[in-house]
Amino acid sequence: MRATFERRRHLLDFAVRSLARRPTKNLGLVAVYALVVFVVGSVMLYGAAIRREAAAMLASGPELTAQAMTMGRHEMSRSADVAALKGLRGARRIEPRLWGYLWDSAGAANYTVMVPTASDTAHALAKGEAIVGEGVARARKLAPGKMLFLVSPSGKFLKTRVKAILSAESALVSSDLVLVEEGDFRAFFELPADAWTDIAITVTNPREVTTVAEKAGLKLPGHRFVSRADMSRSAEALFSWREGLTLALLAGALLAFAILAFDKASGLSAEEKREIGILKAIGWESRDVIAVKLAEGGLISGLAFLLGVIGAWTHVFFFSAGLFEPVLKGWATLYPRFPLAPTLDALEMATLAMLTVLPYMAAILVPVWRTASADPDAVMR
Amino acid sequence: MTARAPSGRLRGSTVTAIVFGGLLLLAAGLGAVSLIGADTAGRRDRAAALVAELALSDLALFTEARYTRNPALADLHTPFQDGPASLEHFPTASLIVAPRGLPAGRLEAREE
Repeated sequence: MRATFERRRHLLDFAVRSLARRPTKNLGLVAVYALVVFVVGSVMLYGAAIRREAAAMLASGPELTAQAMTMGRHEMSRSADVAALKGLRGARRIEPRLWGYLWDSAGAANYTVMVPTASDTAHALAKGEAIVGEGVARARKLAPGKMLFLVSPSGKFLKTRVKAILSAESALVSSDLVLVEEGDFRAFFELPADAWTDIAITVTNPREVTTVAEKAGLKLPGHRFVSRADMSRSAEALFSWREGLTLALLAGALLAFAILAFDKASGLSAEEKREIGILKAIGWESRDVIAVKLAEGGLISGLAFLLGVIGAWTHVFFFSAGLFEPVLKGWATLYPRFPLAPTLDALEMATLAMLTVLPYMAAILVPVWRTASADPDAVMR
Repeated sequence: MTARAPSGRLRGSTVTAIVFGGLLLLAAGLGAVSLIGADTAGRRDRAAALVAELALSDLALFTEARYTRNPALADLHTPFQDGPASLEHFPTASLIVAPRGLPAGRLEAREE
């Protein structure tokens, strides 16, 4: 037992010495390798964290949202539509919503102006009062008690006093909100008293959502019913592996890595071949040569993987994925600042290792095995 | 079994154990700090309560256009609304997908 351990340990000693003979090359390799793990790992950790966050937050939203459609475009719902849904079996709460967008040319930002629903006592507002999201407060330097003026594209003017600022904890869903009173909203957007943006329906039994949507569809054939599952699906597809930019980023990183691995797999350098030949000539078994070479690869992979993962974790959970911000922000001025909750997911780590460590190890094994099993005299020539 | 080679230098395996041990300790420490320090459940509950109170339906992650702010409530061809030949020009569209579940109409071609 002890002899086996000592033997392995000596092989490891030899592998480390062998790596130390070419410090620049091997350190460079570790740096590039760690960078690939860092980029892929950051995307993976960030995507998973934001999907989890979105799922947890949106889980308490309305099960169904009814949206009037005219000629394939969104249209306002009428009070008569809301009345038609009254008494809908299986629906616990039917509440029309009022919300709209306001483009602020001074701040070059898009705000969502919204009226708290009738049942929402926590955000009840009086005329001339407003509650703003964290992003709006940050962009316009607002504090409770300060005045906020809204000017509509048609020149309408709304003067409000900031009553409160929504907590930064919910920034992911509320960053761009400006909550105002219903009368103020209608006057500002010149909206008739019976017009509503859409209708939120809370269903008593979540398993009956489809049935309730079908029944509601019969009452309002001109409406489109979006279920919470549809909304969660769009959130789940965020940063999905298969989509756009994420794919481009990953493909770039993995391609670079594939070139590196291919370079390794296509053959050993003359110096490495000579080294293997000498080892075999002085009596090493092929088994030992392969073990030493795999140990070298394992040390490089392990070191790069650990460094990359530590870097990615720090980047995503301590610096809120700051390097991705310019990409995520797109052309939006208001970007929510929100904390991401870390979760250690063994499957995620295993996938990352499968994507990076496994191909590298496989790429070294083949040429080493070929050289080690050949005749030392032929290898050294 | 010694930690040093006869030359007096640390053995390669000892160096490996120190480096990997140190990195694993660092990883465990970082993980513990971020997992223990955060009041995740409480924060999510408070945010979920706000979502329920205001009946919110989408993430405020991309605020640059209507269909990126509320992708679930946008219609499929909103990116092209400014003109039939206008191409999608918001970078965000490469991070999200087009909405599903639109009211289905259809075209039928028949020979009478």
